[in-house]
Amino acid sequence: MNELNLLPLIGIAVVVLGFALRFNPLLVVCVAGLVTGWAVDLAFLTLIETFGEKFMNSRQLASFLLILPVIALSERYGLQQRAKSWVASIKSATTARILSLYFVVRECSAALGLLSLAGQAQTVRPLLAPMALGAAANLHGELPKHIKDMISAHAAACDNIAVFFGEDIFIAFGAVLLMDAFLKENGIEGIEPLHIGLWAIPTAIAALIVHLFRLARLEAKISHQMQTHINSQSHKLNEELS
Amino acid sequence: MSAPMTTQVATPAVLSISNIYLLIGFLVMFLVVKTIQDRGHPKKWTTALFWFLFGSAFLFGDLSIKVLGPSITYQWVGFSVLAIALLAGLGKVSMGSYNVPTDEELKISANRLGNRLFIPAVMIPIVTVICTLLLSKVNIADVYLFDQRHVTLAALTLACGLALIIGWKITSGSPLLAVEESRRLVDSIGWAAILPQMLAMLGGVFIVAQTGTAIQDLVTLFISPDNRFMLVVLYCAGMALFTMIMGNAFAAFPVMTAGIAVPFLIQGHGASPAPLVAIGMYSGYCGTLMTPMAANFNIVPAALLDLKDKYQVIKVQIPTALTLLAINILLMYGVIFND
Repeated sequence: MNELNLLPLIGIAVVVLGFALRFNPLLVVCVAGLVTGWAVDLAFLTLIETFGEKFMNSRQLASFLLILPVIALSERYGLQQRAKSWVASIKSATTARILSLYFVVRECSAALGLLSLAGQAQTVRPLLAPMALGAAANLHGELPKHIKDMISAHAAACDNIAVFFGEDIFIAFGAVLLMDAFLKENGIEGIEPLHIGLWAIPTAIAALIVHLFRLARLEAKISHQMQTHINSQSHKLNEELS
Repeated sequence: MSAPMTTQVATPAVLSISNIYLLIGFLVMFLVVKTIQDRGHPKKWTTALFWFLFGSAFLFGDLSIKVLGPSITYQWVGFSVLAIALLAGLGKVSMGSYNVPTDEELKISANRLGNRLFIPAVMIPIVTVICTLLLSKVNIADVYLFDQRHVTLAALTLACGLALIIGWKITSGSPLLAVEESRRLVDSIGWAAILPQMLAMLGGVFIVAQTGTAIQDLVTLFISPDNRFMLVVLYCAGMALFTMIMGNAFAAFPVMTAGIAVPFLIQGHGASPAPLVAIGMYSGYCGTLMTPMAANFNIVPAALLDLKDKYQVIKVQIPTALTLLAINILLMYGVIFND
């Protein structure tokens, strides 16, 4: 075995540090590339050439740009409004049901590439969290802050988990094409992005099952915590009275 | 060491990869012109320059290789990349101003068109898959419809074209309007649109610098290369852990995959690459759910939702993330080995 040479790892340290200090990621990545080249004694012009070559060879990553006109056009004619009113039209809702339904819709739409259809700022804050809180309040009355926070946090988590584990099914998104570019760059041929996308499905389904199971138990958890809260309140009240 | 280039004989195709790059180039350049024309844009010149440099690699890249040769082409693209990173790093790329219909108008339009509005977007993946399966071998007089090395991308391009036409019919907004409108989306994605390509580039530099070998050496210090299960555990858990440190699975992926997955699992044990990378990336996403470094997803919502504990979203996500990481490990171990 050859001697352990850790110099090439310096680029990783730069990336970690750069991300930690919140510099612009493009800048961080570029600097990490420069530092790595410098650490292994690559001539500057050769390094720049490598930059250019690798950048050119991974141009397929930009193909998601081709999808944007279609999404933009649909949005221009009210796609988001339609999606919102569709979700809002669902009555007879409990917190867990609302979150579960949102999870399913969000994961499926992410799998279709519709990432910008929803999100923390666009839907979770104005729509999902209030609906989930409203359903709980209907059932239990006024909610204390810690239960409100728990429900809101679950709403945010739903969006994240659904979109993360849905998006890789569709091939035109960064992740899948990045994997494809990586394999080609490493001389592994004969893999189409479609194959990679298909292999994202089992984990996506697992995510759906695991998280829906957790949401199913959320309702009981809310009732339980609400009960404890009421008990402690009445306990306090009793103490004050006696 | 340079990346092994397979110079297959390129069969002529209508939707060849170079034509797709030209299409992307024209699209980006159209957006550059629109940005310059945008009177209400606070940073129109630098934003336009950012996208112009990016678009040039698509529009002129292949031509430049033919005329000036690869070496000079790669050099100017390399310097463009540095300029792109500087422009983004100095905060010179921003949103412009856009003609957005009022909320009222959007609602009226949404009610008029109903669920038909979903059709164009839903069409894209479905048509992509169908075309990939049915049309990949179509050729007339030895000219293929799809680039044989990039069938899925060619199918995607065709699907986008068809969806645009259907969208035109449904909404009565022309494809030109669609492209104009896409500037709003491209600008809101901003520099992040280029990040995957930059990370792929960094991955390439890591290959040249033999970073993978360094990690490989590190790994062999701790784990026997014969132990398949431990290698899978190391790769998946490593992806999650490294993503937690970097806040981004895309950044962790090239490093961990070049260091562990390619040498030990693919080359060492003949693992099947497609499920390996797909599940590996998802293991990284499990890490994203557990780290404050992924601020946009985990910390910003806590602020948006006015939570008392800013780590509460992460805490809620941890059980799902850990369960999925375990499932990923078992799934990967179960499917990647063919013997």
